[in-house]
Amino acid sequence: MTAAIECLHAHKSFREPADGEDRANHRGRGLASLRVLDLVAPRKVRVDAVKDVSFQVKKGEIFGILGPNGSGKSTLIRLIATLLTPDSGTVTVFGQDVVCDRLAVRRCINRVSVEAAFFKRLSALENLEYAARLYGLDAREGKRRAEDILERLGFLHKKMTVPLENLSRGMQQKVAIARALMTAPVALLLDEPTTGLDPVSKREVQDFVLEVRETHDTTVILTTHDMQEAERLCDRIAVIHGGEFVALDTPQNLKARFADGDGRVPTLEAVFFRLTGSNVDDWMREQGE
Amino acid sequence: MFDKIKSSYALVQRNFNMVRRDIGWELVFIVYEVVNVLTIGFIGVNGPKETMNERVLYLVAGALLWGFLSALFHEVAESVAWERWEGTIEYSFMAPQPRGVYMFGVCMWGILYGFVRTAICLAAVTLMFRISLAGANLWAALLTLAASSLAFIGMGLAAAVLPLISPEKGSPATHIFQALVLLVSGVYYDVSVLPAWVRPFSHVSPATYTLRAARAALLEGAGLRALAPDLVMLLVLGVVLIPFGFAVFSAGERYAMRTGKLKRNG
Repeated sequence: MTAAIECLHAHKSFREPADGEDRANHRGRGLASLRVLDLVAPRKVRVDAVKDVSFQVKKGEIFGILGPNGSGKSTLIRLIATLLTPDSGTVTVFGQDVVCDRLAVRRCINRVSVEAAFFKRLSALENLEYAARLYGLDAREGKRRAEDILERLGFLHKKMTVPLENLSRGMQQKVAIARALMTAPVALLLDEPTTGLDPVSKREVQDFVLEVRETHDTTVILTTHDMQEAERLCDRIAVIHGGEFVALDTPQNLKARFADGDGRVPTLEAVFFRLTGSNVDDWMREQGE
Repeated sequence: MFDKIKSSYALVQRNFNMVRRDIGWELVFIVYEVVNVLTIGFIGVNGPKETMNERVLYLVAGALLWGFLSALFHEVAESVAWERWEGTIEYSFMAPQPRGVYMFGVCMWGILYGFVRTAICLAAVTLMFRISLAGANLWAALLTLAASSLAFIGMGLAAAVLPLISPEKGSPATHIFQALVLLVSGVYYDVSVLPAWVRPFSHVSPATYTLRAARAALLEGAGLRALAPDLVMLLVLGVVLIPFGFAVFSAGERYAMRTGKLKRNG
């Protein structure tokens, strides 16, 4: 059976300004390595964001990607979302290549990003009407679907005409979810969709993701920092660290892998710390950043 | 085809909603533009009374045409910078539509927006100076405006690539480009007054042909036959610049997707 989403040896790197250590190493090589250009433009180094990542997601599966900040989660999502082209390797969505069949892939997917990407002076309805038309839906049908989803997510009807800049982040995120689901995508990319939501809203969104999978057999890739959420929603979880997958299994198997001699299984959070070489202090510091 | 046009309309409707929400700022911009055109018109009031109408019309036509063309250019060239600023660039650009559909919507909005602003300025100018348009060929002037829109859309498409490939410096660069077109195109003076080394640039600016043809239509009542050389030149520039601008934009988008620049600011 063809995988719904498949990454084969995907690699992506970016040129980024050199940090202090790189610059110091560069200076250490003496005057010969100085460039006139360094005086006006910062030296850049190539940084691998995603390194030789391979995985398959089955149709109707909820596939989680966990990783510290800057580990490559969002880059991976953006590769699948056709917003980035891989340096090497292939990424396909329902058999369509994200580089060669970009439009076909875009017809299958939608995405919710961690930032609420809206015209914030426009209302939820105005934003959704724009999205419906741009994505080729009948505006009235799009509006009806979006209203249904928003009501299901506990979004008050009277708030639909209020500019989004006057709504809480949680409300904005619910609109983002409604916008993504309005187009009935067969593959949904959720990049930290519940970050910043209160516990009730978080639970509502999680329930809705499960419901969408049950009713529409939607394939979901979910990145999150919330271990409980990952454990509740995901059929399988990949842990990414430094651009590489360091583990990929069901939540139960991941925990079982690190069971102690007495057969006691650790929490998913403890597994995460072990796999990423972090401890709680590092983790808290990263989240603070 | 009809479906694509309907999708393009998303951009027109979205921008109209934005203008409606920011109506206070729009009023400020329109008042500023009206005052600017009137100020330029008053320069023509000085001098012999019998030729005042011509002088005022010459200057005002320049200000109005430039207002329209620069609004159109600005809307197209800044479309990417605006999406980036709002944080919507990724969502808009991953829509399952060919990029031409998106850009067509942006251009349609640019033409409508520029036209409405120019019409408001024209009404204010007509009231203030009581300009006589008795001998003017208004249809020919409108046709000139339509022909020049194509070339300016092409230039706007090419300029829109700057904010795409350079998130921080791209937007200011489009303003420099716009200012250079203003300098060489004879908006408020005849291009013959330009230094000899600058003059050749006026030949490649579509605004030069637009202004010359529109002034001939408004001041001398010139017909299509007399305007044909300038109109043909504008159409040729449009036919060349639109595919060129689109090709440049598409190449810029591929570069942005390769280098990770197709994303919001911050």
